[in-house]
Amino acid sequence: MTNKGPSDHFKSRSDIPFYLIMGVVGSVYVVLIVAMILADLTYTSGNHLLGAMRSEEIQYAIKLSLFSCSVTMVLSVIVATPIGYALAKFDFPGKKILDAIIDIPIILPPLVIGLSLLILFQTPPGRFIEEYIPITYAIPSIILAQFMVACAFAVRTMAVTFSRINDRQEQVALTLGSNRGQAFWYVIMPQAREGLLTAASLAWARALGEFGPILIFSGATRMKTEVLSTTVFLEMSVGNIEAAVAVSLLMIGAGFLILMIIRLMGNRDKIKDDRVL
Amino acid sequence: MIEASNIFIQQGNFELNDLSFTIDTGQYACLIGQTGTGKTTILEAICGLKPLQKGKFILDGKDISTLKPAERKVGFVPQDGALFETMTVAENIAFALKIRKWSKADRQKRAQELADLLSISHLLDRMPTHLSGGEKQRVALGRALSFYPSVICLDEPMSALDDKTKMNLYNLIGNIRKELTITALHITHNIEEVEYLADKVLHLQNGHLKSYTKEAFLEKKDELIFSSEQNSSNGMISEA
Repeated sequence: MTNKGPSDHFKSRSDIPFYLIMGVVGSVYVVLIVAMILADLTYTSGNHLLGAMRSEEIQYAIKLSLFSCSVTMVLSVIVATPIGYALAKFDFPGKKILDAIIDIPIILPPLVIGLSLLILFQTPPGRFIEEYIPITYAIPSIILAQFMVACAFAVRTMAVTFSRINDRQEQVALTLGSNRGQAFWYVIMPQAREGLLTAASLAWARALGEFGPILIFSGATRMKTEVLSTTVFLEMSVGNIEAAVAVSLLMIGAGFLILMIIRLMGNRDKIKDDRVL
Repeated sequence: MIEASNIFIQQGNFELNDLSFTIDTGQYACLIGQTGTGKTTILEAICGLKPLQKGKFILDGKDISTLKPAERKVGFVPQDGALFETMTVAENIAFALKIRKWSKADRQKRAQELADLLSISHLLDRMPTHLSGGEKQRVALGRALSFYPSVICLDEPMSALDDKTKMNLYNLIGNIRKELTITALHITHNIEEVEYLADKVLHLQNGHLKSYTKEAFLEKKDELIFSSEQNSSNGMISEA
């Protein structure tokens, strides 16, 4: 009797079709993004870019964008940390409702957020605040409009980050003498560093791209509430497509740079870890 | 000495009711029972990580049942070590001392002392991610011993280790016990660990806990483990 069966002649089929299909399907999206940027590049020239950079209004918009996005980023991370931690680590009544509320700014059309903020600051409490700090159609309104959306993304990122950190480490820290705060700052937060950087970069990039709520809540006044996304709109509306494209490229470049810097900062830690060996 | 008297722990549909046991100072007790019988729950309750609904834990004459984990003086060695990944081995070992505001020099001295005892001096500057399973457990043991706890609780510390590493750890724990007075509660479902380490065995079965001397348990082990398996297959274990 032999032990030969049908499998003796079995030969595994090639992996090439699998990689080919995955590669083709995946690359469609990436190619589209790169093609868009290349198209923008062909529509502009060094002169247009320099011209845009020299414009006083655009210089103001660049500075205001950098300032407002950075403030939004810091505020988003500060607020997203406790909410993300609570969502990831605790079960409490109303958790599902809180979870759904956090998603509202993500699913709402941006214009609706702007309109809702505008209405909020027409209510008596809103007007009371405006008496002391001018918000609507002023710089704080830009930060608030950016924050409303950016923070939701930061919360989602922080919740995933905290949920991936083993509860046991926090519990061990408690048995070793820590209180909750010490366990959080010494054990949990250092491990959340990479997630924190991702949340920060997402918030910054999201804030840079914000337009709808800013247009409604802050207006589009040059040298006052003009950020880069507003500049693109204003230049387009007066038919200055070249300047609009030049500013768009500036935004793409700035966004890409920030995302790369933050990703490299995250990787630097991993490299450091390996070097210890 | 740790004494549990008539403890009742409930967690969802799972409950442990009216359990009592004593581990004398310097005694090494193994808590044995099938998976899902609530061994880890008991250990977490001693550490203060799970609340007691009824009963008391008395540690060296003091009721610790309502104290926060930080105030119980119980060292905890979890199953996978759960080392702090962003700290070096030395920082892991000295963490409890940093919280207690020891000076840096004193922390280093204590970390070195424990590292010598656990034969991990060469690892002090390393990050935990790259350590082997046995090394991680030694570090976790050092971290749990650092603040001179009255009792240490070990949750299946050897479940993921190979035979040779386990044997090294048995010897190591034996050596440590010659140098320090350790009162320990060690969860396992491995008879070999009982043979090498235990003075006393606590057998958890069907929600009941019985104490044996090591010799008495080993003598009856076939009967005890067989009846435990049979009962669990009949759905007798009080877990939902």
